[in-house]
Amino acid sequence: MEKITEELLQKISDFKEQFKGAYSIRENGFCTGRQSSPHIHIESKEDAPGLVIHIDSEAQDENVYIPACVTHGDVDDLVYNDFYVAEGANVTIIAGCGVHNDSEESARHNGIHRFFLGKNCHVLYKEKHIGTGTGKGLRTIDPVTDATLEENAILEMDTIQIGGVDRTTRTTRATLAAGARLTIHESLLTEYDQTASTEFEVSMDGDDSSVDLISRSVAKGNSSQQYHSCIKGNCRCTGHSECDAILVDHGTVNAAPELYAGNIDAALIHEAAIGKIAGEQIIKLRTLGLTEEEAEAKIIDGFLRG
Amino acid sequence: MLELKNLVWTLPGGEEIIKGITMHAAPGKLTVVTGPNGGGKTSIAKLTAGLYAPTSGSILLDGNDITGLDMTERAKLGIAYAFQMPVHFKGLTVRDLLEISAEDKLDEGRLCGLLGKVGLCAHDYIDRPVDASLSGGEIKRIEIATVLARKNARLLVFDEPEAGIDLWSFTSLIEVFRALREERDRAMLVISHQERILEIADEIVVIANGKVRVAGTRETVLPTLLAEEKQASCPIRTQTAAVSC
Repeated sequence: MEKITEELLQKISDFKEQFKGAYSIRENGFCTGRQSSPHIHIESKEDAPGLVIHIDSEAQDENVYIPACVTHGDVDDLVYNDFYVAEGANVTIIAGCGVHNDSEESARHNGIHRFFLGKNCHVLYKEKHIGTGTGKGLRTIDPVTDATLEENAILEMDTIQIGGVDRTTRTTRATLAAGARLTIHESLLTEYDQTASTEFEVSMDGDDSSVDLISRSVAKGNSSQQYHSCIKGNCRCTGHSECDAILVDHGTVNAAPELYAGNIDAALIHEAAIGKIAGEQIIKLRTLGLTEEEAEAKIIDGFLRG
Repeated sequence: MLELKNLVWTLPGGEEIIKGITMHAAPGKLTVVTGPNGGGKTSIAKLTAGLYAPTSGSILLDGNDITGLDMTERAKLGIAYAFQMPVHFKGLTVRDLLEISAEDKLDEGRLCGLLGKVGLCAHDYIDRPVDASLSGGEIKRIEIATVLARKNARLLVFDEPEAGIDLWSFTSLIEVFRALREERDRAMLVISHQERILEIADEIVVIANGKVRVAGTRETVLPTLLAEEKQASCPIRTQTAAVSC
């Protein structure tokens, strides 16, 4: 494993010399380390680059790590990972992607993840993205997530892009059966001339299913963000989405939340707010001894973390 | 400690809000600024903390002219300011805010000590965001705690600390003020209409229409104020703020 990969892994997945539990590390399109555990089996996909991960019902409070790193330009990595989570399993999946580029050529990672969640299982999915390096070549990360939740399955997605990614197109689609619950918390930071496009489409198809989608984004410099979410309530269900964005400098955000109620018992709510940092927030932190720049950084950090 | 000398503050449109105020706040003393609404009390607090820049006059801290210093520089010199209307933050937690204020990581014991002084249980609050999910009274008490958390604070400025907090917390706050006064190297400047705060003041400054109407020790000023209250509508309130939680 390259040293750059190790550094990226530390940033995106709390890597400390090794992972505990099941893992597969992808570096520039190739596997540099893989390990299954008694309840989590990781295999290569036969018809495409990527993995098939089977998590059996015995897996309780276990972790599986599947980070991917790109360490130089002129790489266009495409990977298909399928997760099959058996009934009643309870696991944390730590994904994440780091793209390092010191060259003039572009570097890209495109991870297409499919989740098949069995009844009553619980999955916490953590995904952190970062771009590093000094080259002018673009750092691009385009994640696609497709999730199918069976009865009473719970999927919690905690995704964050902490900076340095020049282009990203993020797509998340999910369908929920009765009693299934999906929680998505996305935090996104763009700066300089970066662009980000986020698309959520969630369909609640079983009674008493629910989705809670929270998006927090900060657009700094000359960066721009596009956001579109569509929550469909086709049954007795509850859906909530909250889209908040902070603009700094000349950043722009175009947010288009969409709700579709296809059943009289679908209860759907959307909240949205876009604007600059409130001046009074800066002033309060300055009266506590921070400079204006320090205050702004604290506010943004808290906003993205919260 | 703090001296305001012939301070004038004029709005850009020309309206004079503070019209040549001279006053002081001494270490080991609780100085209460009171007076009718719109008279300039909050402006005095904000001029002291550096939120406003005076049009003329000077502000001295320990004899040093700080008139030209901004709010960050004044905070670093030890001026701590509790807002009348506390600010909401989306994302920052109570712990975050108190740690920023203390310029240090705070363990649960220290957080408990700070929040306990304002009548809050740390366990219930430290991880909560400082946003609209907190009641007005809760966020007011957290605001006061941010001033108490300042390690280097030597001049503590509280702008209507009683507003929005319940009777129990208010009684606790009075005790906090009494204890702070015992720290002889600190001065307290409290903007208030509250009779119970006036009753523990060492000095009272009555400001009306941007000017000092009367100033002196509690013993000399308060009886006159209370007598005026009986005769006419007066800025001093004897009732406590509404119970908020």
